[in-house]
Formats: sequence, structure tokens, C-alpha cells
Amino acid sequence: MTASQARLRGAAPEPGWGTWAVRGAALTYLTVLLILPLFVIAQDGLRAGLAGLWRAVTLPVAWQALRLTLWTAALMAILNAGMGTLTAFVLVRYEFPGRDWLNLLIDLPLAVPTLVTGVMLVILYGPQGALGGWLESTFGWRVIFAPPGIVLALLFITFPFVVRALQPVLEALDRAQEEAAVTLGANAWTTFWRVVFPPLLLPLTTGTLLSFARAIGEFGSIVIVAGNIPLFSQTAAVYVFGEVESENRLGASAVSLVMLALAFVLVMLVDWLQRRRRSVSPQA
Amino acid sequence: MRAPANAAPVRTGTWQRRLLIGLVLTYVTLLVVTPLAALVYGAFAEGLPALGQALSQPVVWAAFGRTLIVAVIVVGVHSVFGTALAWVMVRHRFRGQRWLNGLIDLPFAVSAVVVGYMLLLVFGRNGLLAPVLSALQWRVAFAFPGLVLATLFVTLPFMARELMPVLEAFGPEQEQAAATLGATGWQTFWLVTLPALRWGFVYGVTLTFARALGEFGAVLVVGGGIEGRTDTATVYIYRALEERQYVSAYGTALALGLLSLAVVYASTFIRRRYRGA
Repeated sequence: MTASQARLRGAAPEPGWGTWAVRGAALTYLTVLLILPLFVIAQDGLRAGLAGLWRAVTLPVAWQALRLTLWTAALMAILNAGMGTLTAFVLVRYEFPGRDWLNLLIDLPLAVPTLVTGVMLVILYGPQGALGGWLESTFGWRVIFAPPGIVLALLFITFPFVVRALQPVLEALDRAQEEAAVTLGANAWTTFWRVVFPPLLLPLTTGTLLSFARAIGEFGSIVIVAGNIPLFSQTAAVYVFGEVESENRLGASAVSLVMLALAFVLVMLVDWLQRRRRSVSPQA
Repeated sequence: MRAPANAAPVRTGTWQRRLLIGLVLTYVTLLVVTPLAALVYGAFAEGLPALGQALSQPVVWAAFGRTLIVAVIVVGVHSVFGTALAWVMVRHRFRGQRWLNGLIDLPFAVSAVVVGYMLLLVFGRNGLLAPVLSALQWRVAFAFPGLVLATLFVTLPFMARELMPVLEAFGPEQEQAAATLGATGWQTFWLVTLPALRWGFVYGVTLTFARALGEFGAVLVVGGGIEGRTDTATVYIYRALEERQYVSAYGTALALGLLSLAVVYASTFIRRRYRGA
């Protein structure tokens, strides 16, 4: 790693004014677009001091919104980790009719605007929808304007994250080790858990964490699906939207700051894990 | 392209394999395919004439036009600055680089609403830059420039993240060779570096464009969703839903979804075709 870094260090072709201009432009771009807004919101959220921030965040409506956001995102992350691993495994290891189609479908949630995702789910599961009306009249299940709709929307949006994180690693795995495990008498489960799963753990963790981080901030689909009922189906992003609309600046800034801090910690954690992975296996 | 057909699969019994494949196909059908079918059904529920009428409204065209203009500007800006950013992050070493590297991913995780709100705090009526902006008579919040800024923020990671691994894999050797042969910095960049980045660039543009088409939260907060001034396609869908104009909402949602899908899949196919990857 250090050797290649040293090589890279000497890479810039003539460190003249051109290099400095490009570096200056890139860093200015990042500063204006990213760092300045972050700085301003941090300052605004802390205007009333830490105590004021705490009071604004622990208001029952805000607190419930944050709690709902976290548990729906966590539930989604667990389901997504399981189904994502299974999907990646089936895609890489099995031949079956429709596999190419399935592979194409994985990227679909990345391409569909999340607001459109919300619209789809409301048509399908809404009280007047085909499936929604049946679920409610038969089982008394409410999906739309309730937490299950939120989890469903989050599952749709983040589906590619785990699958696409695992696929290349599964493809690169050395099958000889599995053959050896089977030869030594291990059954399919033991082989999976002891041989296939360990190298998947790190990409699975980063993929799951990324989907969790993405879910915490999700707005477009949730605002359609969740119906914005305070204390019941209002997530943190929808709460901030309401506070901005009603010009309650402290409430909006405080909850925004909590969400930003969560996003920041998660992104840095993923960054760190990925760097660790690269230093463990340089070609991965 | 993926697992060769002759590779020995993991030794699971036939019924286990059927169960796993069935489980995955059911999950994807329920989660992804059925909602998509529902959208198509919803858009056509009142018949083709109603859908045609809804989609030919001038408001819808104006909103789509605004979305496309914003997306094109954003792709243009990120093509230049995103490439510069990727290049600086890979080829240069400076203090605080690790932090910046993490920060690039932040827009990916930050809520779009928070993005819009942050931009209001900087560019809004009582914002940090309000004195400067009013002196210059520039309107950013609740105006077109705000839409562009919000979309720029949200799409920040895509270009740089697509290009950085390509630049890392490409290495500086060929650039150094070009420099040794007497090429200037610009010649090296145009004739050596840029051609190598081609596919990363295409994919970066695609992702940026698709994400820009679908941006909603940040654009709604910064733009305020003023009809005829700051409503994009997504904002129009949201408003049509609120006003219970379901055919317009579903029809526009279907059109936007198909456009976005077409962009992403077109680039996937082109890339596969030319690279065989």
C-alpha cells in the first residue's frame, strides 16, 4: 500500500500552476457545495446551545419521528441483509431460466425515482388498491399510511445495495475450498457458514450499513406512503419537512443535525471498513 | 459474463436449490415487479384517452422540461468538476484527504429534505449569503438556481465515485510515459487519461442524470414547488396526488419512471456491448 502510494505521489505530471488550478477548483467545488451548507446548519442547530438542541430533539413528536425512522430502517436492514445475501448467492451459483432478467431487475430500484416508488406502493397497497383493499378487509392489515408501508418502501429502494456488494465477492471465491469442505464431510449448511460466509461478512456489513444510512434519510417514497400522521407514521425526514414549511427553524435544524450526525458516522464507518478490506486483500 | 455454466455449483440437493430459487423469485416479484405492474395499471385505469389528455397538459410539459434542463446542467457541471475532484483525490496527496474522501459520500446518506433545508439556510431569505445575493439581485431559493444547486448536492458522489476506481486501476505510468515523450499536462489528460476513463465517465453521467431526474425532497424544499416556476416532474406528481388528480399523477410517474429506466438500462447495454463485461 505504502509503495503504491509513494508511486502515486510522484504521479502528478509537472506540479505546475495547472495542477494547482485543478486542485483549487476541485476543493472549492467541494467546499461551496458541501462544507459550507454543513457548517451553516451546524451553527444554526447549536444556536440555542446543546440544551436547546436536546429540548428540540426530545419533543414527543420529534422523538417519536426519530424512533420510527430508526426502527423501520433497522428492520429493513435485517430483512435486506438476509434476502440480499440469498439473492446474490442464487444469482451467482445457480443456472435457471430468467436469471438474466432477475439480474437486470436488481438495478431497477436504483433507476426508479423514489417518489415514483411511493406512488407504485400506494396504487398497489392503498385502501382503494387491489391488494391493499383485500389485505385490510381480510386480515385487517394496514400497509399504507402505517409503518409496514415505510418498511416496504425502504426494502424496495435499498434492494440493490446488499446484492451488488456481495455479487463480485461471491464470483471471486475459490470453489476449491468448498469442494475440500464437502470432501471432508461437511454438509451444505456447514460449508456455507464456515467457508462461503466468512469472506462475505465485510461486504455484507458495508452494504447493510449503506442501506441503513440511505433509509434514515429517505423522503420521497415515505412522504407518499406514510401519510404523515404525527406520533404514528411520521418519520424524521417528513418531520423536518413539516417544520421547515411551518418555519420552526430550531426544530428543523435540531432534528436535521441529528440525522446529519447519524449519516456522517455511518458513512465514515463504511469508508473505514472498505479501506480495511482493501488493505486486507488488495485485489478485492 | 457471470459464473460459467460448467462451474460446479455448491452441492445442495435439487429441492434445496429449487426452494432457494423460488424464494428469491417470489421475493423479487412481490417487492419489485408487482408494484411496477400496479403503476402501469394505475396509469391506464381510466383508459388511454384520459392518460393522453393528462400527459398533454402544458403544466406537465413545463415540469418535464424544467427537470430535463436541471439534469443537463447538473451533468455538465459534474462532468467537469467531478472529474477534477476524482483526479485530485486519486493523484494528489494532501492533509485532510481521508476526511474529504468520506465527505464525498455524505450526500448519498443525507436526507434530501435536510439538503434542501441547508441550502435555504445558506441561500434563503434570511440565509448566510442573503446580503450578498440581494445586493447582486440574485434569487436562488424559490427560483431555478436553487433547483440546480439542490440537485448538484444530491448527485455529488456519483461522478467522482465512478471515476476514482478507474483512475486508481489505470495508474500514472502511461501518463508519465506521455509526459516523458514531451506531452504537456493538457495533452496527457486529453489523449491518455480521458480515453481510459471513458466507461467510468459514461456510467457516472448515467447515474448522475437518472438521479437528477428523480430528485424530489431537496428540490421541493428549496424550490417551494411554485407552479409554473419551480415545479419539476417529481414536484408536479406530488402536487397532483395532493389534488387527487390521480390519472395525471400516475401517468406522469409512469413517464418519469420509464425515462429514468431507459437511461440506466441503455447505458448498461452499451457498456456490455462494447466491453463484453
